[in-house]
Amino acid sequence: MNVLRLIARGWLLQVKMMSRSAFNGVLQIVWPLFFATITFLMYGSTNQRALVSAAVGASVLGIWSSTSTSGAAVIQRERRQGTLELLVAAPAPFAATILPVTLAMSTIGAYSMVATFVWGRLLFGISVPLAHPLLLPFAVVVTIVSVGMLGFLLSVAVVRFRSAWALGNMFEFPIWLVCGFLVPLSLLPGWVRPISWLLAPTWGVQAIRAAMLGGSPLPAIGLAALCGAAYAGIAIGLSERLVRAARRDATLALS
Amino acid sequence: MTALATITPTAWLRIFFVGGLTSYRALFNWIRPAILIPTFVVLPVFQILLFVYIGRSARIESDEFFVIGNALQFAATPCLFAMADTISGERQQHTLSLILVSPAPRIPLFLGRSLPVIANGFLASAFALAAAGLLLGIRMPLAAVLPLVLAIAVTSLSCTGLGLVNAALGLRVRETAVLSNVIFGILLVFCGVNVPLARLPHWMAVASGYLPLTHGIAAARRMADGAPLNAVAGLIGLELLVGMVYVVLGFALLQVFERESRRTASLDRF
Repeated sequence: MNVLRLIARGWLLQVKMMSRSAFNGVLQIVWPLFFATITFLMYGSTNQRALVSAAVGASVLGIWSSTSTSGAAVIQRERRQGTLELLVAAPAPFAATILPVTLAMSTIGAYSMVATFVWGRLLFGISVPLAHPLLLPFAVVVTIVSVGMLGFLLSVAVVRFRSAWALGNMFEFPIWLVCGFLVPLSLLPGWVRPISWLLAPTWGVQAIRAAMLGGSPLPAIGLAALCGAAYAGIAIGLSERLVRAARRDATLALS
Repeated sequence: MTALATITPTAWLRIFFVGGLTSYRALFNWIRPAILIPTFVVLPVFQILLFVYIGRSARIESDEFFVIGNALQFAATPCLFAMADTISGERQQHTLSLILVSPAPRIPLFLGRSLPVIANGFLASAFALAAAGLLLGIRMPLAAVLPLVLAIAVTSLSCTGLGLVNAALGLRVRETAVLSNVIFGILLVFCGVNVPLARLPHWMAVASGYLPLTHGIAAARRMADGAPLNAVAGLIGLELLVGMVYVVLGFALLQVFERESRRTASLDRF
């Protein structure tokens, strides 16, 4: 229970901090709008169904966008600020101090989701239906949490890279592409499909699409949650190993 | 002022070339393999692939359209970020006041930093064009290669002009990374990179004419389709003109902000 409270409090604190940050707050809302605008203009009004589907995908890409670059750099940021030692020395599990940060990053993406729908509606007249209004919030929350878990895994996996932000930044477009945010997965080469299946954003965007455009969102919600839980398990194991190794070799503050 | 008046041509050139390169290497920390490879090798290829597939899905334009547009637009990454880092980065390193009290003439001091940035933009763009072209099997006439090199070089120069404006604003705006990203996004939307100018709303198409990239990309596309250099000389000339206007504007802004910060003692305030 204490760990859950720590994660909840940490998440709230980080969301408040990021909401006031120009990079993590303002840019993460504006940046996806550029791509949404291009997508709306490219699809035009000739293919209404594809346009609406792309609009839903464009609204979700901000969730990954706000997590990829910043999420990869979470531990480096703590190290640079001199707070990493404090987090490791705290009696709470190390994972419970890092996870709220990446969860907060993906939560910020929800702002961009709303902004993209408003942008699409006001400037392009895109009206998105709402097939399952009760399941939509559920699909959005599960997507945010599972993407936050992916960010957590990324932050731990790239910890040994001094310029981890560049690796996170590198993953922004590939995930948009491979997870079918803006392009149907059927257009991609067949060998890409298994990679997509292992990525929670694929199921997240499918769940949100089904909740809005019709279809059954529950299987995709379940798979997104499953992926998120798997990422969390792997990341917790990795973070424990990381902390043990850093304590043993006295390398915690080294970058 | 005496020192400004008596500077020798050799010293001027040394500040321009050696000083410019030194500042670029010292302040733009993306030129290490750990950042260079993800940012200038992997990222542009995936940006191109993303838009090629959106184009296929939306059934507009050919793969070549997106490869050329995005490859040339990618020059904006170093031109915006590196230019901002090599000038406004001085403030973050607390060396800006030392630079500004030095008697070095401002033209070689600031413009010298743009030369390595132009080279960086050129290489990033040329690599993206070659790599994505090979990956997607884009065929271009052999005779188009040299004119395309010219188009990329001129586009990198004009983007660096905008980068200079960005760098000058960086003396007033604390979040230069945010500013550079926003300008990058504007170029991506307005300059006909992925959306043909004819599909843009009229006011956006008009505005695109005043931005770097637009004419360079149009020229490169026509040359890739077999147009000779003299047929697109006007577009190349316009791209160069737009770039030079931004260079002059950027330099003027640097002068204004330097004077203002001296007058109001606000150099390190932002």
